[in-house]
Amino acid sequence: MTATAMHAVHKILAAAAGRDHVRPGEIVTARVDLAGINDVYLIAVRSFREMLGTKVWDPGKVYIFLDHNTPASDLKVAEAQKAFREFAGEQGCHLIEINEGIGHNLLPERGLARPGSVIVITDSHTPIHGAYGAFATGLGATDIAAVLIDGSTWFRVPDVVNVRLTGKPGAGIMAKDAALCILGRLGTDFGAYRVIEFSGPVVEALSMEERTVLTVMATEMGAKSAFIKPDRTTIDDVKGHTNEPFTVHETDPGFRYAAEYEFDLTGLKPQVALPHSVDNVRNVEDVEGIQIDQVFVGSCTGGKSRDIEAVAKALAGKKVASGTRLVVTMATRETVRQAIRKGHYQILLDAGASITSPGCGACSGLLGGIVAAHEKCLSTANRNFPGRMGGSVEAEVYLASPLTAAATAVAGKLTSPERP
Amino acid sequence: MKISGKVVVYNHDNVSTDQIIPGQYGYIQDMKEMAEHALEGADRTLRDRLRTVGSIFVAGNNFGCGSSREFAVIVLIESGVKAVVVKSAARIWYRNAVNLGLPVLFCPTLPDSIAEGAEVEIDLEKGTVLNVTTGAVHQGEPPSEFIIGMYKEGGIKPLMRKKALERSQKKERAGD
Ligand code: SF4
Repeated sequence: MTATAMHAVHKILAAAAGRDHVRPGEIVTARVDLAGINDVYLIAVRSFREMLGTKVWDPGKVYIFLDHNTPASDLKVAEAQKAFREFAGEQGCHLIEINEGIGHNLLPERGLARPGSVIVITDSHTPIHGAYGAFATGLGATDIAAVLIDGSTWFRVPDVVNVRLTGKPGAGIMAKDAALCILGRLGTDFGAYRVIEFSGPVVEALSMEERTVLTVMATEMGAKSAFIKPDRTTIDDVKGHTNEPFTVHETDPGFRYAAEYEFDLTGLKPQVALPHSVDNVRNVEDVEGIQIDQVFVGSCTGGKSRDIEAVAKALAGKKVASGTRLVVTMATRETVRQAIRKGHYQILLDAGASITSPGCGACSGLLGGIVAAHEKCLSTANRNFPGRMGGSVEAEVYLASPLTAAATAVAGKLTSPERP
Repeated sequence: MKISGKVVVYNHDNVSTDQIIPGQYGYIQDMKEMAEHALEGADRTLRDRLRTVGSIFVAGNNFGCGSSREFAVIVLIESGVKAVVVKSAARIWYRNAVNLGLPVLFCPTLPDSIAEGAEVEIDLEKGTVLNVTTGAVHQGEPPSEFIIGMYKEGGIKPLMRKKALERSQKKERAGD
């Protein structure tokens, strides 16, 4: 009898469960390589105590990210962050302070997103680390609290679907356009309870940063996790950030995907998701001209160095249109450093941008560019549900690439990036 | 496990955690106070209907999509919800519900064919919902044994407490 062929993700889970083999649908208990909590979920600490936790299983593997609401916007937030500092001090675990930026973007900078690792964070966009060949998924606060005690958690072994990207996308097209195109065609739940693998020549040619745009947007496709097969680009990147060893698992030949899709990106036009759903996608050129009150460039999806660079280059020598505001929130402190070093920071300031301190900023709707009722905001972030960018469910959020964001900021209305 | 009660129906798809409990309330530390805002981003009357009409909440596809906030389960529990019947639910929300001991049944046919206030009886092991008012039985997806086991324990907290007590008893038995 031959064992059924396994996907690389299944091999990661099998290894973490101390098994040779796992099958989709079965429930396994897997040990965790990194557990993270962000500053919204102090309730994880409360659950930890309620479950009679005293010591975290391995302080070196526990990260607390003060990234969602930084610097603290009000007293309640300040109190919560204080409690986190005390917890981290008492447990000796890692604390990412308010000046560092978004946890998801810090992990690769520190070589913590590695092939073969199991990463769980109290954040739905955790699948982003699949770009590095990790099995990474979001968990609730109480779930994480149990991980802090046991160092392991249960998973239903997921099916895997393959999204292959082929063709030759033209200039002005970014990974974000590809992700929106997939969402427009396949909707917000085709990945539910599954892992989405992104593959094909287009993916192989992407930088690591652009690859993470696909895996982070897998969350909006409903996925439990995402995966991109580690290649030279991955391995060089990881080795550039850490000396820690890691294992690259290979998918067995003959593995059967639960579904396979192919997208030929030749001729793809810049894409935009209209309010209030990520799969409400159009070509930008078909809806050009909508007046935009605020452009937000930021988030783990659209506030990374490459995004800032793309926006700065497009804005060089230009000004943000009057009547429109541009808010830029860079992902991490390192992103800010690079923007300063390369002169992008100056360009953005001169163009009229408000630049906030690094972190999640307006993406989570907690601070740093909240949008009023009936205002329209074009954002490089990842979701546009009602109420996402602040209290008002009437605010309208449009999602697009950093290049479309830059063109729109200059024109003051929804505009396709310039074609060279 | 059987649960009965009257239904409150919000038959919409893709109700996000941002709608179940908008992000700006996330720092309220008193859960009762937070629950005053339950489902506010979806329909402001729902919170009252859960108080006056019934305790079984019914919704459409992909319920609880979006952020991982556990509050999107807690505020329902705090609002008196005893069970949730949906066409389907997003993974993290579902997992949080299991962990916190809030029974959820996936039943694609019920939401389209039930009126607010109708009395139902849910049989979790069988995955069925009986509409007591009309006598119709709707077949949903029975949760796995593992999940039923979690519900029977009352969720992950009692389970982990039990484990912790066992550990400390073992230590005591081990001597010193
Ligand atoms: S930037 Fe936005 S999507 Fe990313 S972790 Fe922060 S709040 Fe979540």
